[in-house]
Amino acid sequence: MGEENKVTLYGMWASPFVRRVKIALKIKGIPYEYVEEDLRNKSQFLLQYNPVHKKVPVLVHNGNPIAESLIILEYINETWKHGRKILPEDPFERAKVRFWADFLQQQFLDSLCSATKSREEAHEKAMKDVFKKLTVFEEGTEGFFPNGSPHFEGENLGFLDIVLCSLFGSHKVGEEALTMKIIDPERHPLVHSWVTAMNELPVVKETLPPRDKMVAFIQSLRGNSLD
Amino acid sequence: MEEVKLIGTWPSPFSYRVIWALKLKGIPYEYIEEDLSNKSPMLLQYNPLHKKIPVLVHGGKPICESAVILQYIEDVWPQNPLLPNDPHERAVARFWVQFADNKVPCIWRLFRTTEGDEQEEAKKESMEMLRALEEHGLRDKKFFGGDKIGIADIAFGQVAHWLEMIEDLVGVKLIEAHTFPHLHAWTKNFKQVPIIKENLPEYGEMLVYFKRARYNFLATRGLGI
Repeated sequence: MGEENKVTLYGMWASPFVRRVKIALKIKGIPYEYVEEDLRNKSQFLLQYNPVHKKVPVLVHNGNPIAESLIILEYINETWKHGRKILPEDPFERAKVRFWADFLQQQFLDSLCSATKSREEAHEKAMKDVFKKLTVFEEGTEGFFPNGSPHFEGENLGFLDIVLCSLFGSHKVGEEALTMKIIDPERHPLVHSWVTAMNELPVVKETLPPRDKMVAFIQSLRGNSLD
Repeated sequence: MEEVKLIGTWPSPFSYRVIWALKLKGIPYEYIEEDLSNKSPMLLQYNPLHKKIPVLVHGGKPICESAVILQYIEDVWPQNPLLPNDPHERAVARFWVQFADNKVPCIWRLFRTTEGDEQEEAKKESMEMLRALEEHGLRDKKFFGGDKIGIADIAFGQVAHWLEMIEDLVGVKLIEAHTFPHLHAWTKNFKQVPIIKENLPEYGEMLVYFKRARYNFLATRGLGI
């Protein structure tokens, strides 16, 4: 690949944030080079391209680094104008998806992390909070699908779909690893059908990390934080 | 043009983010002062999830979360842009807005401490945050937006005006000309921009308000000042 339009993604195989960027790049058909980072031994490139947070994902386009997954999605949307738009054109619709993506990214993820890192009573309490937030999300996004259940033609995933998919796409894996049900079709039918519909798409399947490796990884995360 | 309303509170830096954006773009709006100790039906209707200000209401449709509101204003009213044209520079500006939302809250943690370990921790966090702004955000530019203020400057407004109040009340000095020369200059330059200068809460009033708020908070924790 020549230097013109060179795209490199610095990532880590298990990261849902990196997965978001992979999905977006695939949907847009953007060729890129992937570089796996060892987060316990960060490369000079990562430290140079993301000196503030030193985290993945980082997208480097023509030598310019972009950090933070949601910002990278906006960048991809604005830079590669062909094909399906990742963000809606209408400003109000755009504000709605940014609001809910922010909710998932900040509030919901905080609760999920607390639940993963705790056990017994603290864990029960954290899980109640997770379910409560899922309900808020479920109710808040009801109006997004006026024709009934979520349905995706081709690979037309948008900003919020990608965020949701990255958090829950491996939910069965998470549920196996943590031995708890996160998305229950009875409790959260919309989220369940939304995630299920997305999980059928090739672009989502192709970016799924290997199952057994993921289960072991989540278990070790939990084990490490409980010790 | 459809009606624009802003529901806010006078001491809130997040309220001011929206005021600055609307005024910089010359958008007429109706301002509604909210009493957060007695939330109005309007606020509860427009922001049922968080019940917080600011809320922008445009043609009857509510937009919540100040960072989302800033982007909305930019999308609807492109005049006097707050974001640069170049996609990479836009991504950098957005990065700093996100940083402002995720990292600057440490100054409010500092605000809620008295002398001791917790305060030292909050002070350390705040200094690290300011160091990142100085070395990576601002560097040697006059504003985060370059020669004129942009969305990132607006997002960091609390560092320019509210932090000084926090420093006064807590009794610490974080931004000094010899430790953070560029940031120190920026706090002055930012507040000299006419729209900003004309739209800031009066310092004395702000000090009284937040002194009482801090006292009340610490009292609930059994700490005196």
